[in-house]
Amino acid sequence: MSEQALAPVSSGNSPKFSGGPATSGASKTRSSKWIANQRKLAPWLFLAPGVVMFLVYVIAPIGQSLWISLYEWDGIGVKTFIGIANYIELIDDEAFYTALYNNVLWLVLYMLAVPAGLLIAIFLNQTVTGIRIYKSLFFFPFVISQIVVGLIFSWFYAPNFGLFTKLLEFMGVEGIAILADERFVTYGIIVAGLWPQIAYCMILYLTGLNNVSPDQIEAARLDGAKGWKMLWYVIIPQLRPATFIAVVVTIIGALRSFDLVSIMTSGGPYGSSRVLSYYMYEQALSEYGFRMGYGASIAVVLFAIMMVFITLFIVRMLKDEREGY
Amino acid sequence: MFPTPVANASAPTRVAYKVALPISLVVWLLPLIGVMVTSIRPGSDLAMGNYFGVPSSFELGNYLTVFQNTPMGLFIMNSFKVTIPTVIGAVALSCLTGYALATYKFKTNLWLFFMFVAGNFVPFQILMVPVRDLTLKMGLYDTVTGLVLFHVAFQTGFCTLFMRNFIKALPSELIEAARVEGVSELRIFWFVVLPLMRPAIAALSVLIFTFIWNDFFWATVLVQGTHAMPVTGGIISLNGQWVAQWHLVSAGSVVAAMPPVIMFFLMQKHFIAGLTLGATKG
Repeated sequence: MSEQALAPVSSGNSPKFSGGPATSGASKTRSSKWIANQRKLAPWLFLAPGVVMFLVYVIAPIGQSLWISLYEWDGIGVKTFIGIANYIELIDDEAFYTALYNNVLWLVLYMLAVPAGLLIAIFLNQTVTGIRIYKSLFFFPFVISQIVVGLIFSWFYAPNFGLFTKLLEFMGVEGIAILADERFVTYGIIVAGLWPQIAYCMILYLTGLNNVSPDQIEAARLDGAKGWKMLWYVIIPQLRPATFIAVVVTIIGALRSFDLVSIMTSGGPYGSSRVLSYYMYEQALSEYGFRMGYGASIAVVLFAIMMVFITLFIVRMLKDEREGY
Repeated sequence: MFPTPVANASAPTRVAYKVALPISLVVWLLPLIGVMVTSIRPGSDLAMGNYFGVPSSFELGNYLTVFQNTPMGLFIMNSFKVTIPTVIGAVALSCLTGYALATYKFKTNLWLFFMFVAGNFVPFQILMVPVRDLTLKMGLYDTVTGLVLFHVAFQTGFCTLFMRNFIKALPSELIEAARVEGVSELRIFWFVVLPLMRPAIAALSVLIFTFIWNDFFWATVLVQGTHAMPVTGGIISLNGQWVAQWHLVSAGSVVAAMPPVIMFFLMQKHFIAGLTLGATKG
C-alpha cells in the first residue's frame, strides 16, 4: 500500500504532465504499471544480497546459540539435549560470577571515558596554530589495534622496569606487578581500555562542540554565564547527540572487551580478570573445554545483558524516526 | 565557541596554554612513545637495564629481525587479503541496502533497518559457535575466504546504518525528478544516487579498513594456522615466543599498527566524518 503512495506524489509534483496528449494514453498506463511494479520489486532486489548474508551470519546464529545452549556438545560429536542444565550449572559456577562482576566493573568504569573525552575535547577546542595535529595525535590510540594497546600496556605495567612501576617508585610507592595481582589486574586492563575509548569520545565531542550554536553562547555570555555554569546549562544540553553516541559506543565497548583481557592476562591470575566474553571463549574453544553448550549459555547471558541496551537504543531511534520523518 | 578562545585571553594564559599542549600530549602518549623508543633500542640496552635512557644506538635491526625471523611479512599480507575484500564487499552490499531502506517505503522497512542496527551490536560470542560451525561445514575454516565472508556479513550491519542515514539526508527531489522523467530504478541508483554517495563510501572504507585490520577475535576463532592468520593473531603467537624480548615485541607492534595509522593520516577527514556521523544531528 504505502509503496504506491510514492507514485501519486511524484506525478502530483508535476501537473504539466497530466495534460499530456491523449493518444499516448495507452502506452503511458503500461509504462506506469511497469514503473509501479518496478518500484515494488526494486527494494527487494537491492536488499537481497545484504539481508541474506546478514541473516545467515548474524541473525540465524543468535537462534542457533540459544538452541545449542540447551545441549551438551563438544563441537564435533553428538549433541545431547540436557534442557537448562547448562544454566543451572552457571548458577553454581564461581568463575561465572567473577566474570560477571568484572563485566559490571568494566561497564561502570568505562563510563569515565565519556566525561574524560569531553574534558580533553574542551581542552583542545581552540584555534591556535598546529591544533589540528594535536587533535589527531590525541586521537591516535583509537586507531591502533587493541592487541597493540594491550602489548603497550603490558610493557607499561611490567614489574621491575615498566614505566608505570618506575613512576610509582619515583613517587615513593613500592612497585606493584599490576597484571599479576588479583586485586588490581582488572583495573589495570580497564585503564588500558579507557585509553582508546577516551580518544573516541573526545573526537565525538570535538565534532559536537564544533556545532554548538555560537548565538546561544553569546546570549548566555551576555547573561553572565561563565565556566562551569555555561558548560552545564548551555553547552552540555546542546551536546546531547554526541553524548548519546558516546554512551552507546562505550557500553558496547565495555561488554565487548575481549582482546585486552586475552593479550594482557589470558584471564589470569587464577581467572581473576576474566570477563564473560573471555570466559565463554575459554569454555568453548580453548584447551580447557570445547564445551560448546556451556559456552553458548554464557554467551546467552551476555547477549541478554546487551539486549537491554540494544532495546533502549532501538526505542530511542524509533522515537527519532517518528519525529524526524 | 566554547571554551573562550585563548586568543582572547591574557598573555600569560596564552603562553600557559601553548606550554600545556605539548606536555599533555606527551603524557597522553607516554606508553606509546615508550614502545616506539624501545623498538629502535638494541637488545643489549635492555639487558643492561637501560630502559628509559637514550638508546645506545639507533637500531632498525629490530625491524629487520622481525621480518627475517618470523612470518610477519605473511601475517601482514594475510591482513591485507582479509581487509581489502571485506571493505569492498561490505561497502558494496550496504550501498544497495542503504539505498533501498532510505528511498523506498514498504511495511517492513523500519524493521529490516532495526535488524541491521541491532545485529551490529550483539556480542560476538553469541555468534561464535554457530559461525565457526558453519565455516567448518563450508570447508572454509582456516582460510582467508571464511574470515572475509563473515566480516562482510557482519559489517553490513553497521554500513547499512551509516549508508541509510546518509542517503536519507540527501535531497529527495533529485530522485523524485528522475522518477518523473521515467528513469529506471537501477539507473537512478547508479547515475543519480551513487555519485552523491562518494563521501560516505570513502568514510566507510577507511573505518571498515581499521575495524577489520584490528580484529582479533574472529581471527582466532576462524583461523588456526600461520598461513591464513592476520597480523593481530600473528603478533600474539610471536609474543609467546619472544618472552621478555621487548625490543622485538615493540618493533612487531609498531609494524602491526602501521597500516591503519597510515590510512588514518591519509584519510583523516573521511575517517572522522564517518566516526562522528550522528554526533551532531539533533
